[in-house]
Amino acid sequence: MLEIVSDKSWELLEKCPILNEYDIVKARQIVREFAKKEGMGIVDQTRITTAVSELFRNMFSYASGGEVLIEKGIIEEKPTLIITCIDKGPGIDNIELAMTDGYTSGGGMGYGLPGAKRLVDRFEISSELNKGTTVRVMKWK
Amino acid sequence: MDFNEKRIPIIKIRDYLIVSIQVDMHDRLALQLQTQILEEIYRTGSKGVLIDISTLEMVDSFIGRVLSGMASMAAIMDAAVVIVGMQPAVAITLVELGLEMPGVDTALNMELGMEMLEKRLNKA
Repeated sequence: MLEIVSDKSWELLEKCPILNEYDIVKARQIVREFAKKEGMGIVDQTRITTAVSELFRNMFSYASGGEVLIEKGIIEEKPTLIITCIDKGPGIDNIELAMTDGYTSGGGMGYGLPGAKRLVDRFEISSELNKGTTVRVMKWK
Repeated sequence: MDFNEKRIPIIKIRDYLIVSIQVDMHDRLALQLQTQILEEIYRTGSKGVLIDISTLEMVDSFIGRVLSGMASMAAIMDAAVVIVGMQPAVAITLVELGLEMPGVDTALNMELGMEMLEKRLNKA
């Protein structure tokens, strides 16, 4: 299992709880604001906003919510927005399967995780059954 | 931002329903709009629906699914749906996300969407 570690040099910009559907909208708008502030173009802003929207919805639908950390840091010498989604849900049994296009365990389309991965520059996932799941995505300028 | 349960207005002009989505929709609002449009098609006998999404800054897999589902449902009720005004960044992101929207007609703007519906209705 991949451990997700934070770097001390990263700056925490915002912490958002995801407890209901409004929080999904609110949090993705906050992410877009930070992407804008970091000087990302409109397409990259849309990519990261869409990617996190998929992840936030997963937290809400499968893990009855969780917490989102929005940070910024330098990754590969580039200013990067780092979004970490932490839930204490049931965990993902088979990550490889969950990352397959079209696979869904719920009522979704099955594009959430693999789709989000395609929209960002770096994607990390760590999950333990009955403990929870952490997904981190990074998008640099 | 105001999250009161506002309904998205549906306007009827001649044979068409016109919907302009101007808020960042949460999931329940998107589903509610789907039902609302189908009810309006039933109530008014409209043959076409134009959905303007030009102010939508993102369409994720859920909203994409609601939009394409709406088109299929409307088709069964003998009404055509045209989605108009998708922003370039949204189109790029939708394709990269891997979401295809089969059976969904799109047009660049309201005017072209209206022409598309008219052509379709005259053919029938």
